[in-house]
Amino acid sequence: MGGRHARNASRDRATNRATSLHAHLHLPGHTVVHRLGAAPKIVGVVAFAIAVAVTPQRAWLVFGAEAAIAAGTVALARLPLRTALVRLAPVVPFLIVAALMPVVGRGARVDVDVGLFTLRLSREGLWAGGAVAAKTVLGATASVVLASTTPVPDIIGGLGRLRVPAALIAIVAFMLRYVDLLADQLRRMRTAMVARCHDPRWLWQARPIATSLGTLFVRTYERGERVHQAMLARGFTGTLPDGGRPLHQPPAREQVAPAALAGVPGLLAAAALVAWWLT
Amino acid sequence: MSVGLRAEGLEFHYPGGPPVLTGLDLEVAAGERVAVLGPNGSGKTTFALHLNGLLELQGGRLHVGATDVHRDLDRAALVELRRRVGMVFQDADDQLFMQTVADDVAFGPANLGLTGDARTARVERALGAVHAGHLAMRTPHHLSGGEQRRVALATVLAMEPDVLVLDEPTANLDPFGRRQLAELLTGLTPTQLVVTHDLPFALATCPRSVIVADGRVVADAATIDLLADTALLGRYRLELPYGMRLV
Repeated sequence: MGGRHARNASRDRATNRATSLHAHLHLPGHTVVHRLGAAPKIVGVVAFAIAVAVTPQRAWLVFGAEAAIAAGTVALARLPLRTALVRLAPVVPFLIVAALMPVVGRGARVDVDVGLFTLRLSREGLWAGGAVAAKTVLGATASVVLASTTPVPDIIGGLGRLRVPAALIAIVAFMLRYVDLLADQLRRMRTAMVARCHDPRWLWQARPIATSLGTLFVRTYERGERVHQAMLARGFTGTLPDGGRPLHQPPAREQVAPAALAGVPGLLAAAALVAWWLT
Repeated sequence: MSVGLRAEGLEFHYPGGPPVLTGLDLEVAAGERVAVLGPNGSGKTTFALHLNGLLELQGGRLHVGATDVHRDLDRAALVELRRRVGMVFQDADDQLFMQTVADDVAFGPANLGLTGDARTARVERALGAVHAGHLAMRTPHHLSGGEQRRVALATVLAMEPDVLVLDEPTANLDPFGRRQLAELLTGLTPTQLVVTHDLPFALATCPRSVIVADGRVVADAATIDLLADTALLGRYRLELPYGMRLV
């Protein structure tokens, strides 16, 4: 294969990667966070999410500590800030709801001077909105760190090591394996429509989209049958071997104090609960 | 090891559909490579699915080696049949369903109960046989068409089959990938059945070819003779690529 061919092929693959949904979430790197095993990372993220979820509304010190941990991990993993922020985009609807809470909230009002006019906001709503915003952003940041520093096969391997039921792992694994293919298929159908001058702008033009979703469903169903057949052809008997865990382990990755890292959010959760108990 | 296979009067129809196989006879000797040619819808793939027990026999008899493939095979016999007959499917995205190439190749051996080093050795040997050792930790979805096809072949080779059945192996392959695959196949020992309508590929890989039409074998000869018979090919909607002619 000539040099140019090789270059073309690698460019094709690169484009492929850029357009896939899950593969590009992982940003390869060699930081401590990248090298940490997937299982402790998952435990850490779940522990952190629980800690954040149970943090009482007004325990702003605990929120501060949690924010420091989240920001510290992002820095430690050397995630580009811009990328991290873009990946937090799905929390925007929650932030909007949080922003509305002080306006629609009940109870005592406080006057907030915003230059030209003064807002009368609910004190209760301000605390609640602040807590909702903090909890969503912190929780989402943790999952962004996990997804950005851990390849998908490792996450699935980690779930296996954590003894997550095989059926659940299989569902996650198959979903991740085929979600890109589905997205590709949908994109191709859309391209085919656009190529024939379809340019939907209004709701009543949605019919072809709806039809294509139906087609996609049928195709997906058929693919499911073909995949099942391919599995049977290789001796599949109805249960995934090794409880759905990866069958071929890559060379062991360096583990850096996994228990300690996962333990910090656990301690935070305990502290938060104590704080809540005392107030 | 490789074994032969013998199909006598195979009959099949899908529920509510017209007959697909209408008395198909075919005998393949151990170690032989035979191309199964035929137009779309002639029953080639349906026949292939029988060899692996994926479709139940409705009429006729089928032997793979000494095994009588009948409709009441128990589960253990079925698993053994599926180990011995390796199917490479048309769409590699159907065949490669795990997260990494190595995991996918390990899936078959794992189903056969292999674990640990024995399984790892199988995976490495199979990937080595298709020159894909370097792809082990890649995601199947991100491979090129040629790489996917080779890996799909490795998933089957890892089961150490006696018979290889390849369904349209050259679909979506570029000329380079096609030649690479042909070279690979001719170097493998198992008996091979190559289901295709890619006539030059059949010529490159299989000394013998059969034409299947309307669910039966209608011609059986040396590939070179079969492809030189333009009239015969034309009768069954087959033709050599434009500008190609065998003399």
